[in-house]
Amino acid sequence: MKLWSFSGGIHLSGHKSISTGQPVRNLATPGRVILPLQQHIGVAAEPVVSVGDSVYKGQLVASAPSFISAHVHASVSGRVIDIGDYSLPHPSGIAEKCIVIESDGEERWSPDITPQLNPEALPVEQLRELIRNAGIVGLGGAVFPSAAKLSPPREIDTLIINGVECEPYITCDDMLMRSRADAVISGTLLLQRIVSAKRCLIAVEDNKPEALSTLRSAVEAVVGSHTMDLEVVAIPTVFPAGGEKQLVKVLTGREVPERGLPYEVGAVCLNVGTTAAVYDAVYLGRPLVSRLVTVTGPGIKAPGNFEVPLGTPVSDLLAAAGGVCHEQVELIMGGPMMGYQLPSDQVMIVKGSNCILVQPVAASLPDPMPCIRCGSCTSACPMQLLPQQLYWHARGKGFDKLEHYSLDSCIECGCCAVVCPSNIPLVSYFRFAKSEIADQKLRRQKADESRIRNEARNIRLEAIKREREARKSRRTKAGRAAKTPPAAKPVVDGNDVASSSAAGAS
Amino acid sequence: MIPIKVVQTTPSSPHLVSKGSVRRVMLIVMAALLPGAALYSYFFGWGVVVNIILALASAVTFEAIMLLIRKKPVLRFVGDGSAMLTGLLLALSLPPMTSWWLPVIGCFIAIVVAKQLYGGLGYNPFNPAMAAFAVLLISFPVEMSQWLAPSAVHALSFWDAWQFSWSGRLPDNMLFDQMTAATPLDKLKTDLRQGIVVGEIMHAPVFGYLAGRGAEWVSAAYLVGGAALIALRIISWHIPVSMLLALAAFAGIGQLMDPQHSVSLSIHLLAGATMLGAFFIATDPVTAATTPVGKLIYGAGIGALVFAIRTWGNYPDGVAFAVLLMGLTVPLLDQYALPRIFGARREG
Repeated sequence: MKLWSFSGGIHLSGHKSISTGQPVRNLATPGRVILPLQQHIGVAAEPVVSVGDSVYKGQLVASAPSFISAHVHASVSGRVIDIGDYSLPHPSGIAEKCIVIESDGEERWSPDITPQLNPEALPVEQLRELIRNAGIVGLGGAVFPSAAKLSPPREIDTLIINGVECEPYITCDDMLMRSRADAVISGTLLLQRIVSAKRCLIAVEDNKPEALSTLRSAVEAVVGSHTMDLEVVAIPTVFPAGGEKQLVKVLTGREVPERGLPYEVGAVCLNVGTTAAVYDAVYLGRPLVSRLVTVTGPGIKAPGNFEVPLGTPVSDLLAAAGGVCHEQVELIMGGPMMGYQLPSDQVMIVKGSNCILVQPVAASLPDPMPCIRCGSCTSACPMQLLPQQLYWHARGKGFDKLEHYSLDSCIECGCCAVVCPSNIPLVSYFRFAKSEIADQKLRRQKADESRIRNEARNIRLEAIKREREARKSRRTKAGRAAKTPPAAKPVVDGNDVASSSAAGAS
Repeated sequence: MIPIKVVQTTPSSPHLVSKGSVRRVMLIVMAALLPGAALYSYFFGWGVVVNIILALASAVTFEAIMLLIRKKPVLRFVGDGSAMLTGLLLALSLPPMTSWWLPVIGCFIAIVVAKQLYGGLGYNPFNPAMAAFAVLLISFPVEMSQWLAPSAVHALSFWDAWQFSWSGRLPDNMLFDQMTAATPLDKLKTDLRQGIVVGEIMHAPVFGYLAGRGAEWVSAAYLVGGAALIALRIISWHIPVSMLLALAAFAGIGQLMDPQHSVSLSIHLLAGATMLGAFFIATDPVTAATTPVGKLIYGAGIGALVFAIRTWGNYPDGVAFAVLLMGLTVPLLDQYALPRIFGARREG
């Protein structure tokens, strides 16, 4: 198959074999799980249980109030012991509303959960409904509600299943493809039917030969009789080939427009983990209550991949992986390129958590040197931006300039910062500038709103004033009229009539 | 279980530390200059080595003094190697036998005036070595054009060259004036103006196979060093290639139109500072254009200006002026020669 390439990107050492040595392990049922109401892009879910309620595993505990949102289900059976603010897996450790369930250790599945007998026969609308009811979001890290993604407003010709996993260290998708290739293929066929794509491409980086061969034999086994175009494609290992826009380019040669989405060029892109979750939701009737998480890095004793109930504290997971090797560690959720450092091990695994990277505490970072304009960042940028110009304008807070240089196209992949000889934390500058710009826009919007409100108020006041004056003058006129004798009735001549009728016409 | 102590060092991604450093870049560039520097010393004598020593020492000294005055971390910024590279480039641009004050004044202008007064590393609008070279050429035209004849150099030891630099005296039986010769570009310029045709001029002893005797090998060494820098991705190909192509295009047209009265293509490419300029000076990242299209325009502009200055100007060579002049266009190129962003609609 013909492949295209995207400009920029960098080659990184994978460190993948650290965590692929052992088969996937199941995590022992945690004592309690903390389920944030917002584990996805969009509106937070709303609790449908109260403190004290008993819940089954897989029971709906928080419901999505709108289209761009996702349900949350109990990931263990037990009792709701609290609904309150808990620290989220976020660099700041910000606390948001969560449902806390104390596990009874019995893993009782909700009786409503029944396997679908004939999923191939279900109509597309019902498939979408099942996916929505299962609370499935993009498990590659973007956590966009999948049901929304699967309702593209345009015709789709290519469905892309993303098994690229280009970040160093992370192997959960690799292990999923090795261990559940059948589920991935069956899920792909379901998705293909939903978006009615002419062809499906399952993309895997060529550094995962085992996943590729397992998937290929699964395609033969499952699809055999099908005539549809389903292909497992090995793509070159370059970071960030797994970025949605980059992957669409590599596979189709089409560029997703600036500020656009893949459907605009006829493609829909879902992660392999999401695809397996779709399989679980449709074939088994199971909602998204657990996910594969890689625990890896030089700082963990028994690295590997775990099937982890959502809401499990990171500390439980680290203990299951043999504990850490150092007194002090850094915990990165996600990969080293785009992940973030956790403030503590008390935060929980959420739908978007693909990896916990454990590292010994880094020696103090080299101080940044001044930018020497070498342009390494420009050649590394997969979005063809000019990071060094963006850096100057971010430093100078030249926000209109940042728009001119398309800061909003930046995907924060980190390539520029990693190749920078001056060790400038470019991505931090860009994040800062983006949030400042968003802030400014919000302020401007608020100012506009209040200006409009104010103008409306002025007009209203003016109208009231005029009204009052008019009433007053009418009253005085009426008063005067009352005072003047009836005989002195004003004489209306022809001119006056003409002018008043002209005023009426205007 | 003992609670784990979790530390946040870089809350914002990426968490990989860049392997590169400014020092590494500067060291590799200096290493790539070495073959050319060695051949320059071999063909033109120990005076080159004396110049390099004086320039390196004074560049580092001025850098350290300025950093102290500006209250900047001295070791960190002297250690980045940028001042040494500037000193080395200036020394390689100077005539092979000079007085000590020429490299020292040059480094003062390069480091103190052109670099540190503008804010130091990364902030200088003009190439420091070329700014210094231009000031020296305008201020000390005689000293800056006394080039040794390649045949004369082997009579002098390092010690002789060292003493000459400090005292201006040569061993008893030698006269400096007898040892100097015009550079190939200088010779061509003056002789062509007197109406002598190229065919005759090229018989002069200062010429070798393709360009200046000895100098052609030095240029070849710079070309090899520059190619290595491109292969190592320290510099991009855009500026050297566009500069050499533009120069070659103009020189080729000139040669085709009037072979007896114009400087040949091979001399344009291999004599003077062409190769040093194309790979080591025009590519100075701080002062060059940064976008791919900008780099092509910037390089081509330098190539065209070098040809123009050599052909119609008063100076035999023009690399320094060309680089400084094109440096003026860089802010404009950075602003307007923008690449197409991923997913941007192709504009008509």
